[in-house]
Amino acid sequence: MANKTDKNSYTILFAIVMVVIVGSLLAGFASGLKPRIEANEKFEKQQNILYAMGINNNVGTGDVAFISTDSVSEIFSKFITKQMVIQGDQATEDEEAYLIDIKKESTKAKNGDYQRRLPLFIGQKDGSELYIMPVRGKGLWDAIWGFVAVDKEMIVQGVYFDHKGETPGLGAEIKQRYFMDDFLGEQLLDNGAFQGIKVAKGNNDPKNLVKDDYEVDALAGATITGDGVSAMLKKDLAMYVPYLKTLNN
Amino acid sequence: MGLLSKKDAKLIKDPLLDDNPITIQVLGICSALAITAQLKPSIVMAVSVIFVLGIGNVVISLMRNIIPSKIRIIVQLIVVASLVIIVDQVLKAYAYELSKTLSVFVGLIITNCIIMGRFEAFALGNGPWRAFLDGIGNALGYAVILLAVGFFRELLGSGTLFGIPVLGDPIEKTGLYSTGYENNGFMLMPPMALIIVGLIIWVQRSRNTTLIED
Repeated sequence: MANKTDKNSYTILFAIVMVVIVGSLLAGFASGLKPRIEANEKFEKQQNILYAMGINNNVGTGDVAFISTDSVSEIFSKFITKQMVIQGDQATEDEEAYLIDIKKESTKAKNGDYQRRLPLFIGQKDGSELYIMPVRGKGLWDAIWGFVAVDKEMIVQGVYFDHKGETPGLGAEIKQRYFMDDFLGEQLLDNGAFQGIKVAKGNNDPKNLVKDDYEVDALAGATITGDGVSAMLKKDLAMYVPYLKTLNN
Repeated sequence: MGLLSKKDAKLIKDPLLDDNPITIQVLGICSALAITAQLKPSIVMAVSVIFVLGIGNVVISLMRNIIPSKIRIIVQLIVVASLVIIVDQVLKAYAYELSKTLSVFVGLIITNCIIMGRFEAFALGNGPWRAFLDGIGNALGYAVILLAVGFFRELLGSGTLFGIPVLGDPIEKTGLYSTGYENNGFMLMPPMALIIVGLIIWVQRSRNTTLIED
């Protein structure tokens, strides 16, 4: 036995057979579970969008709590009245705008004169209209992304941030409520000029009482993640400003 | 354990106590630190490792006579990696929230030294049934420590168990908190897991002095 398994030809044959078997097994598994996994990702997106517009199961000042997965589809269609796709000057309604992959869109936009498709979600809450925009950028280690809900005056009504691999306890805290809640009420426009919101160190307003300083207090030890959040908000929200301005006319 | 012979029972029992993979062999420490801030991910991680190690040991044991010795480590890696990918996909499909909490650590089961260690040390030289018992035993030994660490870290760090408050409300100052007790945020940091594992090792070795090396 030992002789046979020591031969090079046997070794190579074994490797080939093993790879084929394992490869097809995994491919079968992956494609079998794909629909469920995609459904989960869809629910997560809906939960995040609803979270940004303040529809969640948060209790007091506790942890982030989303609408439960079972009911999210129903609640999503109840509160999100319209989904739009903005492309250049065109704004069209699109039932599946929330499935647009903004990572792909931004890569495409880098090459040549491709007009980015920007998804925009219009929600109704307590009788007022909210505009929810996705944002995506870079943190320290990997991607960060989120959703920002504003009203007609572009005053922030809620945000949700998430990240792929920021440092636990430092950059990863951007998805904690004490950071996200600071954005509530912040203004984005200074007399009509878009300012964005800066995640600022040495902020004069650590309690975040001033809402028109275009700043929120930074997280200690997470400078680069914080800068990433600032840059992401500045870059991605700016693209929506022309359209949102037309709403007030 | 009437079902098992004395020798087989030993395969399950030893890793739980006197030959525990974490506290005695000091393997698999990395994941024990990373995911034990709460009980729930600890349990899922434990179950995943039981699955991977139980099945992996059997697969390797069945193949032990046909695996070319030159590439046996690679073959072992492929077996672990495939099983881990299956676990990862199943979690993503049926326990999405959890799979997000565990994120990279599921993938890191591949590098969990307990698994490769058992493949190499046991499965390659024993039949499938004994290999299965050995795999389950070692994974259970890992699980016991994970749960113990997860229990203390969640209880002392967040005042909850499985996310349910058990010590009262830290904000309303009810229950234990009314006496001035505070959650220890340190417990949520990975290094504290090391201290708890250290304490377990200490207790274990002071109870059974034969475990102490020179």
